[in-house]
Amino acid sequence: MTWSEMQPLLSQGIIDTLYMVLWSTLVSVAVGLPLGVLLVLTDKGGLLRNVAVNKVVGVVVNIGRSLPFIVLLIALIPFTTLVVGTFIGPSAMIVPLAIGAIPFFARLVETAVREVDHGLVEAAQAMGGGVPTVVFKVLLPQALPSLISSVTTTFIVLIGYSAMAGAVGGGGLGSVAISYGYQRFETQFMLATVVILVLLVTVVQLLGDAAVRLLARRGRTS
Amino acid sequence: METPVITTTGLTKVYQSRGREVTALDGVDLHVREGEVFGVIGQSGAGKSSLIRCVNLLERPTTGTVTVDGVDLTALAGRGNRAGRELREARSRIGMVFQHFNLLSSRTVQGNIELPLEILGVSGRERSRKALELLDLVGLADKAKSYPGQLSGGQKQRVGIARALAGDPKVLLSDEATSALDPETTRSILQLLRDLNRQLGLTVLLITHEMDVVKTVCDSAALMRRGRVVETGTVGELLATPGSELAAELFPVTGQATGPRRTVVDVTFHGEAATRPVISQLSRTYNIDISILGAAMDTVGGKQIGRMRIELPGQYEENVVPVGFLREQGLQVDVVDDEDAPLDTQDPTPALVKETAK
Repeated sequence: MTWSEMQPLLSQGIIDTLYMVLWSTLVSVAVGLPLGVLLVLTDKGGLLRNVAVNKVVGVVVNIGRSLPFIVLLIALIPFTTLVVGTFIGPSAMIVPLAIGAIPFFARLVETAVREVDHGLVEAAQAMGGGVPTVVFKVLLPQALPSLISSVTTTFIVLIGYSAMAGAVGGGGLGSVAISYGYQRFETQFMLATVVILVLLVTVVQLLGDAAVRLLARRGRTS
Repeated sequence: METPVITTTGLTKVYQSRGREVTALDGVDLHVREGEVFGVIGQSGAGKSSLIRCVNLLERPTTGTVTVDGVDLTALAGRGNRAGRELREARSRIGMVFQHFNLLSSRTVQGNIELPLEILGVSGRERSRKALELLDLVGLADKAKSYPGQLSGGQKQRVGIARALAGDPKVLLSDEATSALDPETTRSILQLLRDLNRQLGLTVLLITHEMDVVKTVCDSAALMRRGRVVETGTVGELLATPGSELAAELFPVTGQATGPRRTVVDVTFHGEAATRPVISQLSRTYNIDISILGAAMDTVGGKQIGRMRIELPGQYEENVVPVGFLREQGLQVDVVDDEDAPLDTQDPTPALVKETAK
């Protein structure tokens, strides 16, 4: 197969992958962020101590994290069909990708938020701040660099997951690699997708690190 | 001056820790008068930290009441863990500074001072005006746009103090505010607290493990041990209390008789007598030579207070009249009995061992 034949397939693969990963990252952040914060707030010593809520959310997150993604992908087919109308194609893949990444991102958020010095929370409370003040003016801004790193990590994990989605007709680079590189023994396709994936991950990581450094330069040395 | 602005009554705090109960506060009654700097001193684990956190209810007392500026905070607290609106409003009128400053590294110095104003719902322009005014007050007018990470420890604590003052509090709580600072910076921060106390009529309740802090700024002090207040009073009152540990720590006098047949007495100055040159009067009146073995004096409000250890020639029986003279002057005189303090146990272990900053 010549480059001119490969090129449109690969371009479409990149577009599909980015489409799936961007949307699923967005959804996981939107759902995972509040979940992660909730895990910290409802924990022992948290502002909203609530053992029941903490346990339930914790168990749900753990179940989500312990399932291998490929199993989740297949298990979610009925649900995906219900939501999107089909379980094939990049749009359909956003559902399992997001659901797979939400618990992962929630745990990262939990860790990042937990690292915020409790003294800062105490100071906000001493000023008369309530829970919204503590969350939006203390916990999230203080954890921002770690949160950005968490988004980067989630994005990269989702690139990996999205390649798996190719196995069940999800489209994207994974799909290209499987149907051309694996099933048709087109080695160049395999090589090309590997190179593109490596480049993609590297660029995302560099962008994420640059964003964290930008924040660090504001003199957050202590 | 005499109305208490902070009162705690029968305050207890019991922590549950793995089924065991730990009593941090065991019936604390504290009265902090308006406009004074009140120091609570004690070793770590004595309960000072729990006490100051109970004053603005960052920690809920197990029993007892806390009244700040006429408002019973314990009544506002309600049940549940979350602080209700009324309690949060009351807290916004109590400033607090912390040992580790607790500034947000994500905000500029100005942004940090604006945080309490944001909580109070003050408009943007007014917030910025107030923040700059407070920065000027603490001597950091040029640091508004800096981040806390770019400041020294002393500067950070000044920002912490400016932030604590943003809500125009009547009361400032200081939780070991100088314990993470070097001695020189400690002095400048204490001086700032003293100035604010005088200029703004701010009542300051501070906790510390350093006697020097109490010595430098406090009008009144309380000594805590195992969750109880063991001694309390103004510095003058403490001095007048025989056997007061705080007075002994605040005004330590040492020194032994220079030879046999001498009388060593401790003279405590407080009140009116302190303004008269009694020692030289004594010397002239009875024509005796007096040696000063040690002294710890301080001038508070234009009056000298403190202790002096002096030596008179001759045994105690020969000195009954001069000692009587001193007592007539309104001074407290305690005879130091040599036999009670043999040489090898002369140096008693200090009641308050200095702990290192956490």
